Amino acid sequence: MADIIATNETILVVGGGISGMTAALEAAEYGKQVILVEKEAGVGGRVSKLYKYFPKLCHPTCGQEINQRRIKMNPNVRLMTMTEVTEVSGEEGNYSVTLKTSPRYVNNNCTACGDCANAVEAEFDDEMNYGLGKRKGAYLPSRMSFPQQYVLDPRIIGTPDANAAKEACKYDAIDLDMQEESTSITVGAIVWATGWQPYDANKIQPYGYDRFDNVITSVEFERLMDPHGPTGGKLLRPSDGKEAKNIAFIQCAGSRDRNHLKHCSRICCMASLKQTTYVRERYGDDGKSTIYYIDIRAIDRIDNFFQNVKADETVTFIKSKVANIVENKENKNPVLRGVNTEGYDRYENEHDLVVLAVGMQPSVPAGDFPMNVVVNEHGFIEEDESNGGIFAAGCSADALDVNRAVQSATASALRAIQVVNRVAGTEG
Amino acid sequence: MSNLNQTMVEKYRNDFLNEVRANVEEGDWVNMCMQCGVCAGSCPLGPYWEHPPQEIFMMIRAGKREEVLTSTSMWMCTSCYNCIARCPRELPITHIMHGLAHYADRLGLAPKEQPTRKFANKFWDNLTKKGRVNELKLGLALYFMNGFMEGIKVAMANQKLGLNMIKTKRMNPMEIIGGHGVKDTSGLHAILKKAREIELAKAEEFKG
Repeated sequence: MADIIATNETILVVGGGISGMTAALEAAEYGKQVILVEKEAGVGGRVSKLYKYFPKLCHPTCGQEINQRRIKMNPNVRLMTMTEVTEVSGEEGNYSVTLKTSPRYVNNNCTACGDCANAVEAEFDDEMNYGLGKRKGAYLPSRMSFPQQYVLDPRIIGTPDANAAKEACKYDAIDLDMQEESTSITVGAIVWATGWQPYDANKIQPYGYDRFDNVITSVEFERLMDPHGPTGGKLLRPSDGKEAKNIAFIQCAGSRDRNHLKHCSRICCMASLKQTTYVRERYGDDGKSTIYYIDIRAIDRIDNFFQNVKADETVTFIKSKVANIVENKENKNPVLRGVNTEGYDRYENEHDLVVLAVGMQPSVPAGDFPMNVVVNEHGFIEEDESNGGIFAAGCSADALDVNRAVQSATASALRAIQVVNRVAGTEG
Repeated sequence: MSNLNQTMVEKYRNDFLNEVRANVEEGDWVNMCMQCGVCAGSCPLGPYWEHPPQEIFMMIRAGKREEVLTSTSMWMCTSCYNCIARCPRELPITHIMHGLAHYADRLGLAPKEQPTRKFANKFWDNLTKKGRVNELKLGLALYFMNGFMEGIKVAMANQKLGLNMIKTKRMNPMEIIGGHGVKDTSGLHAILKKAREIELAKAEEFKG
């Protein structure tokens, strides 16, 4: 990777999700040199795994396509995929950064024809679908992948599958000798946009995510709706593959709970409200959604959305934090138990499928950062002078929806631009 | 109305929440409840409670003094700790329930015939006398809890069990006269007196 030229006027953006892409593009379109590193094989992050996203309920393919095109067209952005930051030293205006790039085993000759995938037999859990489906050992991470290139799973390297893939390729695009590479660069400012991960639902023991097939998480539910997802866009429940029509959504699954995440994850109320519209989209009046909540936190202008969902007769709201879930052994239906705090009525409600609106926690646990940054009690990066030229964007800064994540990314890009401008002597 | 009850009513007027916060063990936590209902749903005896914990907390805030303190609800708590384990705000719900029950009893408002209350008082009196539980006396006190004839009946029914326990040295019939205790009984009583003083002083110091 000797062709990467970075100076202390370059901005490094870590993470190629919606926040990272936005920050990188804002800075690059302003005219700054940007290096965008992404750990996965393609950009897009969590948003690309959604069926639709706020604020406009677009399919991610739409917003994604625009961003990918902007990256492609802009010579100021250098995208490095399968790359992680391992070390950061130095100070504002002059950071030395070590990057580690894992081998893709596929070079730029790839046309994404898919012949290698056909030749390979090994299958693995599909990360794109949170493990709900399988993918081949040679795969395109998603249909929207950018760069549009296949990847070989390192687990097939050294097996006959790897050679089969190489032989199947008509373009000489597979290079089984690729090695992990380390790159050292100098940059002036860093935008940290490593995003979030869903809270581990196994830890919420009373809800039995680990014990009951028909208890899934909100991120998995998004994948069920995707026409190219594991169920071809049908809301099929995991236990028997039957259509789930009576669906419960449990709010604050792991959030606002001192036993789990102390903070309000902010997106889950809107996510569940949105997902009730999926149920309507699939079944019309035949579907049934029930939301169990402590209080609905539909923030500012999207309150309209809440009002619309409330008006939908197929959606019921029950003000209660569900105490526990048991399984009806006969039909594997989850049975929710608790007390409705409006009237103190005890309930025992059976549903086809339960969706846990899991909380948002930072992808990088506090203490695992390769640099010194101030992290708050929830693990999000605080705005602090001692962070120097390192600025958090999107969900590494707080639990944010797409709208706010993008705003946060733009703000961070602006701060990074100010730093490199100072370095260039054009400001201050 | 007991004197203490009269005093408390006058002292706190309509501010039952602060009365609880000041006088009930862990009562200050009542403020922290966010009414999610997980304690009520998690209680194994929940269906038998007049008012589940989360409802009690709301009633305290709403100033329903009489209804809360005369309720049998908090006497139903078996200390299984399910509510504490699940409470998203880590309220020590079990302890608050016992605190409320104890306070209601001190004021003389607790339901007289509530069996848990009766047993708790008998146990406490038995224990604090000598610092050791006198099982023979406690057992007999329980037999006669519901009247003399009833007591004779229960005692006769358990006669064989009692004799077997004596035979296997699980029970000492001599306990009926005096019974064993800690070495320093007056020291123990001094400790309990001091504890009560601290408890009362804490309530007095409470600023809200």
